[in-house]
Amino acid sequence: MDIKLWTLHLLKVLFPPQVLLPDIVAIDIGLTVATIVIGAYLTKTRKWGWLWHEWLTTVDHKKIGIMYLIAALIMLFRGGVDALMIRSQLIAPNAHFMGAQQYDEVFTTHGTVMIFFMAMPMIFALFNATIPLMIGARDVAFPRLNAISFWLFAFGAILLNISFSIGGSPSAGWMSYPPYSELLYNPGVGENYFLLSLQIAGIGTIATGINFLVTILRMRAPGMSLSKMPIFVWASLITSSLVLFAFPPLTVALGLTMLDRVFGASFFTLGHQGMPMMYVNLFWIFGHPEVYILVMPAFGVFSEVVPTFSRKALFGYEAMVGSLLAISFLSYGTWVHHFFEMGAGPTVNVFFGLSTMLIAIPTGVKMFNWIFTMWGGRIRLTVPMLWQLAFIPTFVVGGATGIMLAAVPGDYQYHNSYFLIAHFHNVILGGTVFGVLSGMYYWWPKMFGWNLNQRQGTWAFALFVGGFWLTFMPQYFLGFEGMTRRMATYPAGLGWTALNVWSTVGAFVMGAGFVVMVYNILWSRMHPDWDTTGDPWDGRTLEWSLPSPAPEYNFARIPVVRSRDEWWSMKQEGRTDEVKTSEATVRPIHMPRNTPMPIMLAAAFFVGAIGLIFGWFWMAILGGVGVVAALAYGSFADYSEIEIDAKKVLKTEAQLGRVES
Amino acid sequence: MSTTTTTTTLPPEFQDNLESIRIMGFWVFLTTDLVLFGSLFAVYVVFRSRVGLGPTPHQLFSMGPVLTETLILLTSSFTCSLSLYSARKNRVKGAISWLVVTLALGMSFVLLEIREFTTDVLNGHTWHQSAFLSGFFTLVGTHGSHVTVGIGWAIMLAIQLGMKGLTLTTRRKLYAFALYWHFLDIVWIFLFTVVYLSGIA
Repeated sequence: MDIKLWTLHLLKVLFPPQVLLPDIVAIDIGLTVATIVIGAYLTKTRKWGWLWHEWLTTVDHKKIGIMYLIAALIMLFRGGVDALMIRSQLIAPNAHFMGAQQYDEVFTTHGTVMIFFMAMPMIFALFNATIPLMIGARDVAFPRLNAISFWLFAFGAILLNISFSIGGSPSAGWMSYPPYSELLYNPGVGENYFLLSLQIAGIGTIATGINFLVTILRMRAPGMSLSKMPIFVWASLITSSLVLFAFPPLTVALGLTMLDRVFGASFFTLGHQGMPMMYVNLFWIFGHPEVYILVMPAFGVFSEVVPTFSRKALFGYEAMVGSLLAISFLSYGTWVHHFFEMGAGPTVNVFFGLSTMLIAIPTGVKMFNWIFTMWGGRIRLTVPMLWQLAFIPTFVVGGATGIMLAAVPGDYQYHNSYFLIAHFHNVILGGTVFGVLSGMYYWWPKMFGWNLNQRQGTWAFALFVGGFWLTFMPQYFLGFEGMTRRMATYPAGLGWTALNVWSTVGAFVMGAGFVVMVYNILWSRMHPDWDTTGDPWDGRTLEWSLPSPAPEYNFARIPVVRSRDEWWSMKQEGRTDEVKTSEATVRPIHMPRNTPMPIMLAAAFFVGAIGLIFGWFWMAILGGVGVVAALAYGSFADYSEIEIDAKKVLKTEAQLGRVES
Repeated sequence: MSTTTTTTTLPPEFQDNLESIRIMGFWVFLTTDLVLFGSLFAVYVVFRSRVGLGPTPHQLFSMGPVLTETLILLTSSFTCSLSLYSARKNRVKGAISWLVVTLALGMSFVLLEIREFTTDVLNGHTWHQSAFLSGFFTLVGTHGSHVTVGIGWAIMLAIQLGMKGLTLTTRRKLYAFALYWHFLDIVWIFLFTVVYLSGIA
């Protein structure tokens, strides 16, 4: 009897009414079937061992980069479906395609997934795939920590994504402001999912920041001084340092909210003199640098793409570095512009308004540098270059509307209206997403060894960018006409309907662009256009001096760097033989050994998080013990490196045609 | 990566390129921890006067136990340095013994802190009572849990020193641990000043 009651109670906790909607159940069934099919396929083809040894336990930055990329594309799909659901609801007045609760859950998941589980991993995919190759290193500074970062991100993403079928999704928006996110107004486990999944992924992000900062500062090839680093490496260095100072306040904000909800503290509650605005401050002390964490790597990508496809060295290298540094510095002094309405007074607001406007100056410098790089160059309109060209007008519009929002009195008018929604999609999509997609198309052959079909890529680009403008331009006008964000539905007769219809049509065109992109990837996989030269774009930086994909150890011979665009100089000066190795120069190479510790550690975090989410403290303790056990295992296990002997290196290099006779 | 010996005065863990990179990584980690504590200090300072129906800092704190905790932690920082000093002199037994002394002092610090917290809670001053108490318990508790983690680390490190002796890796780990321990000491000095001294005054 007891067991029966207990089971019933458990079922009620795991499956509250909000997860039993027909569409969610249908998705659950679909996912279960897909899991069984994939599992059966792996069993039938006996690929579990391959999966474990080649991918799940790998510490190779190139493979970790690929896993990040795949995960990010899946999350882009998830977040995109959420976006289409939102737009479907808003296509007509008084529509009730979803209830208000579900609508809230969908926009919360959309924002959270897109920022933390799509944009961030996409950026880390590019970091992992390229940084060691660009600086002439064999791996990152801490390969095992790199794998830990990935698995923490992956389990964090899984945690957020299972919330909609087990226990209930979060519904307090991606910023999750108290007091609404507090237990009193938001009972159930959804908000706990949000807090714990971001916390776990955030720890991984901090580790990535540490890793790439140290990698770039300490692992560069001889001769590559800071002023000879490619701009993408500079952007990554500055992004990593931003992560270090931005993410701990997020950790604190999320942690304190969790203490409020799970352990009854009184930080951001309305009672007991808690102070919800403290959360908002902490969140945006993280949140504003975060938008630069998102966009700087995109700036870096464009600074690689433009010179390559204009066949010209980057214009104003020093100004590029200087403006990146200026933006990163200014980004810490702008957080209050997210809530001018707090009531901090005119002096404070003017300070933050001005500091925000100042950021337009270094950003403008970068815009002109890219344009001047193209000026007089021989431009090739490849897919990465097309994304760059679309980025310039899009980001300029986004930046200009950002200046409008930074004007304090104006902001009182359009704060939290669709004007704001249009603005930040304009900069985040037009900056980050265009940037990472440009980077994906640019470095794809380096990552996989075959190139993506350019004609299909152009179609995907055209649909996506066209859909983008159609979606978001009407939203500026909706904002002016008074439509506020997060409205689950709206009455007829306000003049909003036509604009909303256009916006929804645009969103579906973007969705079609994504579908074409996936088709592009699958088609190109089945009809591979092999990259045999390793340098399909006639590139300028060191990663193009390697075969595609690069061998496990990247460089058989560490290059000695003499100029900024080293590979380009080698080609111009006929020094390309410098990358080749010979029987006389070949040396054994030490590489880190694969280890199951990262995935075990992340799984332990996952178990502990489930325990905290549902308030099953025995399980939280179990997870904590697992974390300690995994760390102890990692510390005691002798993870000495493996040695690839010189003969094997020579053989691999010979197969790639990279041995001097 | 081979060792790049430039000068013999550098300790072994700095002469090895990989180990010195790891030490740098640990420094960078400490900066993130510094920002974490900085955020918690900010929360505490904002919440200090928001006592609600609960006690004020002045009513809650008493100097005696806190002063003892401070002395214990400062002493443990000294013994931690002695452990590192022994390692530099290649005396593995000395390194282990001083490490054990350090973790024993750390444990007594944590026990005293737990006693302080338990007393407060038994008097009805849980962190539910006010924003001030939430901020206080979290800031001091975060430091305390860092010390606890450090104790676990020291235990494992002592075992590894016993098993493997003074290798490059164990030397580097001991050095990183010492950095961590001194860092916690510095945080405590700020904590002692901002929380306790200015609360009692």
